[in-house]
Amino acid sequence: MARFEPAALPELLPVFYRRLFPHGAYGRWLGYGGVVKNYFQLREFSFTLRDDVYLRFQSFGSPQELERELQRINPYKIDIGAVYSHRPNQHNTVHPGAFQPQEKELVFDIDMTDYDDVRTCCSSAEICSKCWTLMTIAVRVIDRALVEDLGVRHRLWVYSGRRGVHCWVCDDAVRKWSPALRAAAVEYLTLVKGGAETVKKVNLSESIHPFIRRSVSVVEKYFEAYALVGQDILGSPERWEKVLALVPEDILPRAAPPCRSALCRGRREGPCGGVGSAVSAISLDHRPQHRESLRSDFPKKRDSVQRWELLKGRMERTRRVTGSTKSTPCHADWEIMLQYCFPRLDINVSKGVGHLLKSPFSVHPKTGRISVPLDLQRLDQFDPFAVPTISSLCHELDTAGDDGEQEDGGETEPKRRARDYKKTSLAPYVRVFEQFVEEMERARRGERLRRSDLQGDF
Amino acid sequence: MQFSGRGRLKNGHLAGDRRDLYPHSLQFYLEPPTENISLVEFESFAVDRLKLLKVVENLGVSYTRGSESYKTKLEAELRRLKFPYKALAEDDYEARRKDHISHFILRLAYCQSEDLRRWFLQQEMDLLRYRFHELTEALRQKFLEHINLSFEAISEDLKNELANELCSSTPGFNNKMKEQMFYKVGLADAVDLFRARRVFIKDGFAYVPLKEMDAIVLNSYRTKLSKALALTARSLPSIQSDERLQPLLSHLSHSYVGPDYSVQKNTGKISLEQIDALSVKSFPLCMRQLHKALRDNHHLRHGGRMQYGLFLKGIGLTLEQALEFWKKEFIRGKVDADKFDKGYAYSIRHSYGKEGKRTDYTPYSCMKIIMSNPPSQGDYHGCPFRHSDPELLKQKLQSYKIPPSGITQILELVKGMHYQLACQKYFELTHDVDDIGFSLNHPNQYFTESQRLLSGGRELKKELNNSGNSQQKSNSQESMNSNSAPTSSSTTADAELEGLEAYFTED
Repeated sequence: MARFEPAALPELLPVFYRRLFPHGAYGRWLGYGGVVKNYFQLREFSFTLRDDVYLRFQSFGSPQELERELQRINPYKIDIGAVYSHRPNQHNTVHPGAFQPQEKELVFDIDMTDYDDVRTCCSSAEICSKCWTLMTIAVRVIDRALVEDLGVRHRLWVYSGRRGVHCWVCDDAVRKWSPALRAAAVEYLTLVKGGAETVKKVNLSESIHPFIRRSVSVVEKYFEAYALVGQDILGSPERWEKVLALVPEDILPRAAPPCRSALCRGRREGPCGGVGSAVSAISLDHRPQHRESLRSDFPKKRDSVQRWELLKGRMERTRRVTGSTKSTPCHADWEIMLQYCFPRLDINVSKGVGHLLKSPFSVHPKTGRISVPLDLQRLDQFDPFAVPTISSLCHELDTAGDDGEQEDGGETEPKRRARDYKKTSLAPYVRVFEQFVEEMERARRGERLRRSDLQGDF
Repeated sequence: MQFSGRGRLKNGHLAGDRRDLYPHSLQFYLEPPTENISLVEFESFAVDRLKLLKVVENLGVSYTRGSESYKTKLEAELRRLKFPYKALAEDDYEARRKDHISHFILRLAYCQSEDLRRWFLQQEMDLLRYRFHELTEALRQKFLEHINLSFEAISEDLKNELANELCSSTPGFNNKMKEQMFYKVGLADAVDLFRARRVFIKDGFAYVPLKEMDAIVLNSYRTKLSKALALTARSLPSIQSDERLQPLLSHLSHSYVGPDYSVQKNTGKISLEQIDALSVKSFPLCMRQLHKALRDNHHLRHGGRMQYGLFLKGIGLTLEQALEFWKKEFIRGKVDADKFDKGYAYSIRHSYGKEGKRTDYTPYSCMKIIMSNPPSQGDYHGCPFRHSDPELLKQKLQSYKIPPSGITQILELVKGMHYQLACQKYFELTHDVDDIGFSLNHPNQYFTESQRLLSGGRELKKELNNSGNSQQKSNSQESMNSNSAPTSSSTTADAELEGLEAYFTED
């Protein structure tokens, strides 16, 4: 694979936008079947050019116009924004208060840097095949909930090009969601809470919501291979101390104080989001049990897997219904699994309708990799390091071009281009994207048929 | 939603139309009143509702909402101020009219800033919640229909099929499933229940038990009211030009929140060299934490930059100083000068109102810091009393040399979710005063008061100590009875500290 050099971008980008970018399917996606007039024209695009020059509020009359513009200015990066009340490129001509974002896909941004406190292999922008499993788990957990819980149908999952994944939820109804509803969805999908000043970031209450139960069973499938073997989270005393800090010292009933303050209104989850349990851990007058006994038993076990078995067994015992002796069920094993593996969403990206997100098939200016759609059928095999870069693609084009296909001069430009990307390793990813767009189109046709049937209008 | 007989209000006072005007004791205040009222009545209605909302606020802090004492006290207040206090079917016209008109007057006064809107919304929500609960089953049903919020109950078959899920997602009833009705509600109508995972969610619908239907009502009310407040704010300029109303409205709103610290009296009076020292002496814990994180990491993420940057602006940093301050620190980390100028300088100028839509942003209040945008991975913003693990908070306080008894008190307050009181306690402990004599609701207020105390010297402190006993505090939390504590009369700092220690260990 040809090595990517950012300095080569000015040379490569024109080739990319002329011969590789899937303009056709892209335009069909954002046109949404032309059901709402002007939907495409009202959409904000923004471009990052050379030297971080940033152009916001670009908009185009048609996908063809967008294509011409892309080929003219060859942006380093494309971001997609909201559908506005007025054409974004004319936003200065309308009254400032009147120019408002109206609709957008519900988007999620999951970024590996948010997992730094639970990764042992890499930190910040680095990723490796070990920690990439976190992204696989994230997609599985969120996608399941989107479909089964939120009743969503059209999701496009995309590799961001460096260290994370994006999700675009494109259902007609969802694109109309208010910021409050978007924020609520993110909160529903969030279990890991707290910043640098919080050690225990997952606190489960006694009754376990089906969402949590189902998420745990997704995480469980990956946990041993990823966390116990790969990250080896119980491999050394320093590492298991981090885990043990999440195990309650004692198993006395969680004293949840009645919620009285004006400040915790509206976030009532059980009696106040598990604050009580965290507080009870600081009163030292109870005899420590769980944490201490695990600490002394861990060294006797051979490896992370065995130590985990021990911890898990202890926790499961507290949950078994034991007739008269009423011990408080403890879910620390689940809490640990979730803290180490559960997706960490950035609420601000999802909440704001006007928030921009990097477009699928945009180039990542640092790595040169293309933001490619993920095939959920083959998600577990996805390797971010195998994603084609703009350099590797152009190289492939060159080699393929030499294979004698010279006399395509008579063919129209779009046709030739369609064949061009097919010669490269971008093809399977474009295929995934086309399938997504086709599925939406099929659903729209079905909906139109259903509606005209209802009206008896043949 | 169409009411009959409204709009043609010319003869609204005639007995026959009255009942049509307010068919329920409760309403969503969808239509503004159109009758003429005297200025005297205008003022008295407004003042009464403000009194009522203040009572709602205070009761909410002091009592469990929905408890007997909460309900009794609130009912007494409604009765005293002549608002509708029971769902009387008839003869309630005057009270309902007052309820209606006074609500709309306060809307005018409380639509002007985000903080005001937040406060008003919160109190009005609590009031409606209480009043909705007081309705009888039949009236509740009638009201739900009236506001177009009646939903279809799910069938017994479906209920049995989903029994397990319904049970584990709806905390509080295990065996009472049988008699409970469940309603299938769209996510948009059940935002709060959905958000907090308090109901079962499947295929884009929330399965809401009857007892949670109040959340649906409140959710709908909040959406409508917050939209209406935003609209009112937009049309406010035309009302503000009315010189009879303008002073009254601004007086009404100021009686709640006080200054927003956007006016910088002391702009330019702080030098950058002072900040390190000030952060220890006079910054509230949240800002001290941010300052330290900034010095340690040479970086802060967006939430932290906003919270800390606006605070600094509030204490008097000029735009030029702010740019210098952030740049100096950031370029010691991974950001070079060029990247700073491109990526970060814009947002600093923006927050000083020099870019974009040119809003001059005001520093965040405690309420805003506690309630919105909680910190996530790698963030240092938020309220340390709200967003830190108690164990870490304890260590931090220990490292700041807060006496153990004081730490215990702070942690008690945190446990009771009185975060602002915890911060107040922190102020008292770090400034050697027994009772600060004001209720803390803004980081910049903390700073101003701290500076006043530190520069005012001994006399002021003595005065504060003495007056502390006679002056009743404005805040209503009873948990702080430091007034009655036997304070030592000695004036030297050391002796005072001992006095404090003695008091704290008494508990």
